[in-house]
Amino acid sequence: MSETVASIARDASSAAPKLALRNLTVTRRSSGGGTITAAADVSFDVQPGEFVCLLGPSGCGKTSILNVLAGLEPPSSGQALLDGRPITAPGPDRAVLFQEPALFPWLSVRGNIELALELEGIGPEARRERTSRWLTNVHLDRWADAQPHELSAGMRQRAALARALAADPEVLLGDEPFGALDAQARELLQDEVQRVWVGSKGGKTFLFVTHNVREAVVLADRVFVMSAAPGRLLEEFRIHTERPRDLDDVLVTRVVSEIHGLLMQEVDASVAREMAR
Amino acid sequence: MRVSRARWLARELGPPLAGIIGTIVVWAIVATATSTTAIPSPAAVWDAFVAGVRNGTIPEAAAKTLIRLAFSFAVAVAIGVALGLGLALNEFARRSIRPLVVALQITPFVAWVPLAVIWFGATERAVVFVAIVGSFPAMTLATIQAIRQVPPLYERAGRTLGATGWRLYRKVIFPAALPGVMGGLQQAWGFAWKALMAGEIVVAAARATGLGYLLGRAGEPVPTLLAALAVILVIGVAVDYLLFGQLDRRIRRRRGLIVEV
Repeated sequence: MSETVASIARDASSAAPKLALRNLTVTRRSSGGGTITAAADVSFDVQPGEFVCLLGPSGCGKTSILNVLAGLEPPSSGQALLDGRPITAPGPDRAVLFQEPALFPWLSVRGNIELALELEGIGPEARRERTSRWLTNVHLDRWADAQPHELSAGMRQRAALARALAADPEVLLGDEPFGALDAQARELLQDEVQRVWVGSKGGKTFLFVTHNVREAVVLADRVFVMSAAPGRLLEEFRIHTERPRDLDDVLVTRVVSEIHGLLMQEVDASVAREMAR
Repeated sequence: MRVSRARWLARELGPPLAGIIGTIVVWAIVATATSTTAIPSPAAVWDAFVAGVRNGTIPEAAAKTLIRLAFSFAVAVAIGVALGLGLALNEFARRSIRPLVVALQITPFVAWVPLAVIWFGATERAVVFVAIVGSFPAMTLATIQAIRQVPPLYERAGRTLGATGWRLYRKVIFPAALPGVMGGLQQAWGFAWKALMAGEIVVAAARATGLGYLLGRAGEPVPTLLAALAVILVIGVAVDYLLFGQLDRRIRRRRGLIVEV
């Protein structure tokens, strides 16, 4: 408990962003031999304890940005910073939720979570205890010894959430983590994620990539809207609504329709650009 | 409980038994229809088998062969897995050495026998050498393939969970590659048998007796030859089915790669 309080105090005293992009550009080699610019000259800061969603049409480079922040992909130019230091590799300080749960099929649900703790050098007893606690957190106690393939898609993603957070990372990066889920499982997961984030009392920074406007508005403190490829930052929305948020909240609905309007304009503009070529 | 167990046995053993019985029936029909000494009936081969067991030649030969096989196979798997790992990890090594392994893989087993005899004499070592050199390339190639086919998502997930270097391989890449490695074991087992038989048939001169030796004796009556061949096939298939087949199924079932009916 005192640890959390201390970390809030530290965060408040330091103005340094937790995550930062400085003119980040990511290009990929296309199968045709040319290069595709996935993200172009993107800069933003994410403050410690913030929940930010990166929103944009598919192909706008938001996943590339996330990969760079995760340390899985190098920037083509510009910088990605964690606590002011350039990100060069994945690290235990940043957990990642992929679109697919990415649970290891040779391990049980418990085994998957325990492995994450083992890789952090946590001893066997603490591993078991923390794993049990996380299984309870995501309501999977009864499925602890099941293999991932025996779970529903939603339960698998909940297990992946537990695995990602078990080792207590400061940053959680989500690459459309609920994109493959049905509406019900998606809402359940959104609640779960909000609960964890609120529970961390400013100790954890979440950055999720999504193309679902309502999801972004319900989850985030700030929503960055990106343009179609090559992805640039179009606009930033600050969501002030109290948590837990209701999908039918007036403010939420208003921001959602505002962002929808912006995205529609952007899509029209990008179609026009394509046609003009 | 008894009923379900009987049903399980029927489902488990039904198809292979049907295959075996079908083969014997076709064989008996062909033997009766042709009625030459070149194609003896199943009954004649069975008699030769019983005679071979009674006078001790078949058990002795089988024991010798199995000891050689176990040793050669173990060495081939050890070499194959280690080399395969090394080559999967290092691109330069893979690109320079893999073609050599492929060359070894396509070399006929018999081609090694004269060389083996020159290097080791007509000895036990020569026979085992042929079996090892005949089977480790398959294990090596399967291991490389298995590791390179691990879905990138597992590697990425492992790295974001803090696994790096050797630990990434030990905790993520190897377990993920295990089904592919199992396939390699089955292949290497088949190749080890074939290569060992090639060795035993040719090096028989040095009394490196074994099932291959029985198979290679000219002037033996055909039923005796076929009895030796049948013993080879039965042992080979039984080990493949009971050991590797079951292990493979267990691994796949655990990972949800087999759909239960």
